[in-house]
Amino acid sequence: MGHSLLDLWYGFGVALQPAHLLWAVFGVLLGNMVGVLPGLGALTTISMLLPLTYAMAPVPAILMLAGIFYGSQYGGAIGAILLNLPSHPPHAVTCLDGYPMTRAGRGGAALGVTMLASFFAASVGIVVMIFLSPYLVRIAFKFGPAEVSSIMLLGLLAGATMSRGSPLKGVAMTLFGMMCGVVGTDVNTGVLRLTFGMPSLSDGVELGALCMGLFAIADFLVTVNREVVVTGHARMSMRDMRPTRAELRRSVLPMLRGTLVGTLFGAIPGTGPTITTFIAYALERKVSRHPERFGSGLIEGVAAPEAASHSKTQVDFIPTLTLGIPGDAVMALLLGALILKGIEPGPQLITAHRDIFWGLVASFWIGNVLLLVLNVPMIGVWVRLLRVPYRLLVPAAVFFTCIGVYSGRNSLFDVGELAVFGVLGAVFLLLEFPISPVILGYVLGPLLEENFRRALLLSRGDLAVFLHRPISAGFLAACCVVLGVQLASWLRRLRMAAPVPGRALP
Amino acid sequence: MSLATSRTKDRIGALLLLALGAGVAWSGHVYRVGSLTRMGAGYFPMLLGLLTLGVGLVLGLGTLARRAPGPAPHDPRLQRRHGADPRGAALLLLSIVSFIVLGRYGGMVPATFACVLLAALADRANRLREVLLLAAAASLLGYLVFGLGLQLQFNAFQWG
Repeated sequence: MGHSLLDLWYGFGVALQPAHLLWAVFGVLLGNMVGVLPGLGALTTISMLLPLTYAMAPVPAILMLAGIFYGSQYGGAIGAILLNLPSHPPHAVTCLDGYPMTRAGRGGAALGVTMLASFFAASVGIVVMIFLSPYLVRIAFKFGPAEVSSIMLLGLLAGATMSRGSPLKGVAMTLFGMMCGVVGTDVNTGVLRLTFGMPSLSDGVELGALCMGLFAIADFLVTVNREVVVTGHARMSMRDMRPTRAELRRSVLPMLRGTLVGTLFGAIPGTGPTITTFIAYALERKVSRHPERFGSGLIEGVAAPEAASHSKTQVDFIPTLTLGIPGDAVMALLLGALILKGIEPGPQLITAHRDIFWGLVASFWIGNVLLLVLNVPMIGVWVRLLRVPYRLLVPAAVFFTCIGVYSGRNSLFDVGELAVFGVLGAVFLLLEFPISPVILGYVLGPLLEENFRRALLLSRGDLAVFLHRPISAGFLAACCVVLGVQLASWLRRLRMAAPVPGRALP
Repeated sequence: MSLATSRTKDRIGALLLLALGAGVAWSGHVYRVGSLTRMGAGYFPMLLGLLTLGVGLVLGLGTLARRAPGPAPHDPRLQRRHGADPRGAALLLLSIVSFIVLGRYGGMVPATFACVLLAALADRANRLREVLLLAAAASLLGYLVFGLGLQLQFNAFQWG
């Protein structure tokens, strides 16, 4: 442990060099801004700035790119809470309770709690990174395709059953999301699946179009001229923007739980922030004394997923750097940037490139402090942005969404996907189907399929491999528990239905 | 909301799910299913399609139950008191379509203008003057931020 502290000290020395600090700060600020803007995500921004790093030395390059990443996590929460516009899939969960809080006028408080939870969780994540890296790497080695499949299945089940309304509909939406994930070229065989003859679909459905279409556009389609959204009425004083003491107290435990979930999932390769936030939200709901109130604007539903997301983000760097296994697309991009610089990610990274690893760790902390300092006063600005009448915000948001989706692949076809998913989302909303499981299904479906196939290939078609391996069996047992809980509550509901005179219950 | 309406929604949903499941399962069949040892491209789609069929069936059967509770209780927050406004929704969709069409044939600035214009017109509360102003402002801002600032590969103007 002492060795790690020495390394950390060295890392701070690297991170605080003026040139490095400058680039880290730039990345953090840019990331924050990008996270707020609907449509543009960290992925797009990092890919746009990647060419810029070709001329830079490895350390400042990775500091900047990483800064954009976790800066956008902070900013993404702002868009999700205030505008119901998740610029990054993990924030889709934050919308569920964050946006209702805004509509109730407590948007500023939600943001305040989010910032605090994020900072706390990120700090914990960094500490974990520092001291547990060697152990986590050892565990990560034990994760084969069978384990990853089982954990994905658990994530999908949790996501399906924890959404609002009927869990059956949640499962249906998860399946729909997985189908959207199937669209494109099959990795193993090269066959074009579900592309309906459209070559633009051979790379699959664009994530941004899916996300924005289902959440933002669908919402606009259904609420235009119908619902009045509370924006900027009475003047909001600074006090309104601060969370009340009661709110703060209620968010401490969810924050801790969310951080725990994020840290645990951070170490597991192949899981991204999306599944982590879903599970954190599901856990909060299960643990809460008022599960039915989730979705109406509970601070617990905001603090937990955001904490999970931030601690996950930090811990996520461990498998990415030490094993070369990225947790999601952004990590993959960062990995690519490293490789371009001639730095091989792997177990030897910590020893061969001490300055990069520890400099990065130190800069995380500096960056998070900066983001906290920056964002807390800015909450007022963001909330004041809502003073703009909703009827004027919507067209602007639509435009931002269009151009954001376009900028992903310079493709107008993607904007077409946006429209299609907007319509689909509107249909789902009108038929009372929950939307968030679609995103989970879309992100996890392909991963599940790939690992499932790989596991079966390795075991030569033996399905029992999922039960023979202990970690995998454990996750499958958890799946059974989730299903069991659902079945139990369904049976309970059947029995509780008041018996009608003259007719026995089936 | 009356239970009958909820039931209708579930019925429509179940039908859609059945259609979707059948379609995807069929596509799985077309892509060759293979076996467990050598999964073909169609294995997973077939699986997904069958599962969706199952869910649609259960949902549909639930609506046939003669009395409450039927399928799981509906979340009151999910219920909407009225459907969408067709004119507004159509205008919003048209705004996105116009972005695509004008983006292809006219360039970023006309696309932005048309998109914001139509989207703003969707809300009945917006006055024409505000709408035009908003569209112009968005076009200018969009050009500055995305065109010049971020160097987005999107021609500001193009002819056909």
